[in-house]
Amino acid sequence: MKMKSLTAMALAGAMSAAPVMADLVIPDLSYRTGPYAAGGTPFSDGYQDYFNLLNARDGGIGGESVRIVECETGYNTEKGVECYESTKGEGALIYQPLSTGITYQLIPKATADQIPIHTMGYGRTSAANGEVFNWVFNYPANYWDAASVAVNYLLDENGGSLDGKKIALVYHNSAYGKEPIRTLEQLSSMHGFELSQLAVDHPGQEQKSQWLQIRRERPDYVLMWGWGVMNQVAVQEAANINFPMENFIGNWWAGAEHDVGPAGAAADGYKSLNMNRVQDYPVLDEIKTMVHDEGNAAGNGSNMGSVLYVRGMYAAMLAAEAIAKAQEIHGTADVTAAMVRDGMEALDITNARMTELGMEGIGPEFAVSCQDHGGAGQGLVQQWNAADGVWVPLTDFISPDDAVIAPLVAEDSAAFASESGIEPGCL
Amino acid sequence: MLYREAGDFKTSYEADNQTFPIAFDRYRYWVVLAVAFLVIPFIINDYWANAIFVPFLIYAIAAMGLNILTGYCGQVSLGTGGFMAVGAYACYKLMTGFPDVSIVIHIILAGGITAMVGAAFGLPSLRIKGFYLAVATLAAQFFLVWLFNKVSWFYNYSASGQINAPERFVAGVAVTGPNTDPWAQYMICLVFLTVCAIIARNLTRGTMGRSWMAIRDMDIAAEIIGVNPLKAKLTAFAVSSFFVGIAGALFFAVYLGAVEVGEAFGIQKSFLVLFMIIIGGLGSIFGSFAGAAFLVLLPVALKVLGVDVLGWPTDLVAHLQLVIVGALIMFFLIKEPHGLAQLWRLAKEKLRLWPFPY
Repeated sequence: MKMKSLTAMALAGAMSAAPVMADLVIPDLSYRTGPYAAGGTPFSDGYQDYFNLLNARDGGIGGESVRIVECETGYNTEKGVECYESTKGEGALIYQPLSTGITYQLIPKATADQIPIHTMGYGRTSAANGEVFNWVFNYPANYWDAASVAVNYLLDENGGSLDGKKIALVYHNSAYGKEPIRTLEQLSSMHGFELSQLAVDHPGQEQKSQWLQIRRERPDYVLMWGWGVMNQVAVQEAANINFPMENFIGNWWAGAEHDVGPAGAAADGYKSLNMNRVQDYPVLDEIKTMVHDEGNAAGNGSNMGSVLYVRGMYAAMLAAEAIAKAQEIHGTADVTAAMVRDGMEALDITNARMTELGMEGIGPEFAVSCQDHGGAGQGLVQQWNAADGVWVPLTDFISPDDAVIAPLVAEDSAAFASESGIEPGCL
Repeated sequence: MLYREAGDFKTSYEADNQTFPIAFDRYRYWVVLAVAFLVIPFIINDYWANAIFVPFLIYAIAAMGLNILTGYCGQVSLGTGGFMAVGAYACYKLMTGFPDVSIVIHIILAGGITAMVGAAFGLPSLRIKGFYLAVATLAAQFFLVWLFNKVSWFYNYSASGQINAPERFVAGVAVTGPNTDPWAQYMICLVFLTVCAIIARNLTRGTMGRSWMAIRDMDIAAEIIGVNPLKAKLTAFAVSSFFVGIAGALFFAVYLGAVEVGEAFGIQKSFLVLFMIIIGGLGSIFGSFAGAAFLVLLPVALKVLGVDVLGWPTDLVAHLQLVIVGALIMFFLIKEPHGLAQLWRLAKEKLRLWPFPY
């Protein structure tokens, strides 16, 4: 106890030395270490680089400069909570934890502290119901959208019927991987395909038995909800059992360059969903000249233009747009977290605006409202070309089946509301 | 000089047998308690509670539990994470099943359930020892995590497999849920830790503790002098698991609020608690506290120093942290195999002679 209080005092001294500045504080709960670093690093690079670009090009947002506070979570919920507590006091405006596990921790905490969370294509799906989850946003799409988009794509491929087909779901055995199961079960009874579920435990390096089972059962399609090192192993294992790669579809967290790279030519033809189109955007050139060439790149600058880098940049763009919207609504440049929430709820992303920002067609058009925090829910399907080392978009943005998802969202959010004593309504 | 014993006469057996026979130790104990109960709750904020104090208090309970089993009774266990999960899920099922009963009772019952599970997994210890027993407890770790992942009854059939702690009150003050004040979180953990520590300290000083230590030091000799190994080993497993279960329940309900079994109670947790008692000191209640404080504070201190003060990249600091913790564990194992508690004991010996050592 004695030693503890001494160290605590030393810590207090160190903490109070940190500078306090009045600007827009954006915490970046990143993970550049551990089994999920391969995905966490490019996302965080893209997220930070875009804000650095805004600082360099426009002097921040609405004249207020942006200050990024990075905190390493290692995809670990305990560290995530510590990061949240240590950054929120600095005036954090919006959280983007990039982890479904950490999101579950933060939803009640951030709601109590009145700080918005943007869980872009991950986190708690039913947070799309803005009347229950006032402070949580998961636009432009969520897991249940992803499941539905994947099934819609397969329906399209099979002439509108999946009757009698066998689909296996390989998923990360965590809240993240379990999220789509309910939707897929619903869809399976609706479209008559047989769903088998294969769980892969954290961190996902052990998948031999799952793939042996796939080899035995010979499903027509394999869907994957994977992240981090699990993706690379799965693609390799699929290649090992000669599973036809074009029938193997990952979700949007299982479709980046580093996921397919290690398997080499064997990964050719692997498909995945994506919620952001990857192409040569003018904004990337600006980042190159105004951020990277100035020596301000986040990380080592090598991830520029990769799938997850672009997604991180897209996330930063959505956050910056929401902050700009908040500044417009409240008529002040120095916005608070509560004002940013209002901005997020009034967010309207149009093609014209995306073109203006130098990201033409990066995502679908969508508008957020108090009731709908989920966005358009669209995703596209892309395919890996191993020879050229590029992801080739196969389709345009595909819409999910809202008739299936909306009742599920309503049911799950109503359960959460009654469990935590929330009276649904707009703020 | 500080630990002067001259003039500190004992006139009764009770006085001679008390927990802290040296007067200075006694004062120190009361001062620490006074600071912990009367000062810290008034100055604590969210960051200090969530990053430092609450995890420290909870890990101290878990470390104390494991120390009873491994340090006092000599049975190596790698199942701590699994037993913490039992406490957490028992607490969750009780909280959601009987919402009108006080959370304090739920946490104690969660400890009791864990004690039963622990005693069941302790049965192999009657036949196997050492590494083989460690493997058996490792099986418990993996089995329990698998069970809580597989059987959806344990997480009330929620879509994500997560368990969330609903809001619960003690004397009208919220102690779980998002609207908990940091002092309330701190106080409930502190009260549990204090009670557990007093129980543990007295158990280890009494008949039960002596029979555990006899088994640890030489089980055959212990059996010959009349210690029942069945009773000694199973009580060690039960008491140890009781504390670990309480720690797991608090970890879930008070500290994190939402838990996913594989992530929160995986094998890493077992190792973390094991490192705590190795660094703190096997067979010492103070060692459990010191080890927990060390391993909770060190990463936070390194992070504050590296990222906030020196401005290094966060990934570099995270990697350095692994290197430093690893190096320190090796350093302690070589230089002081008995841990921080032994350093403290040596310092105390020196202080008793100071300023005239011989």
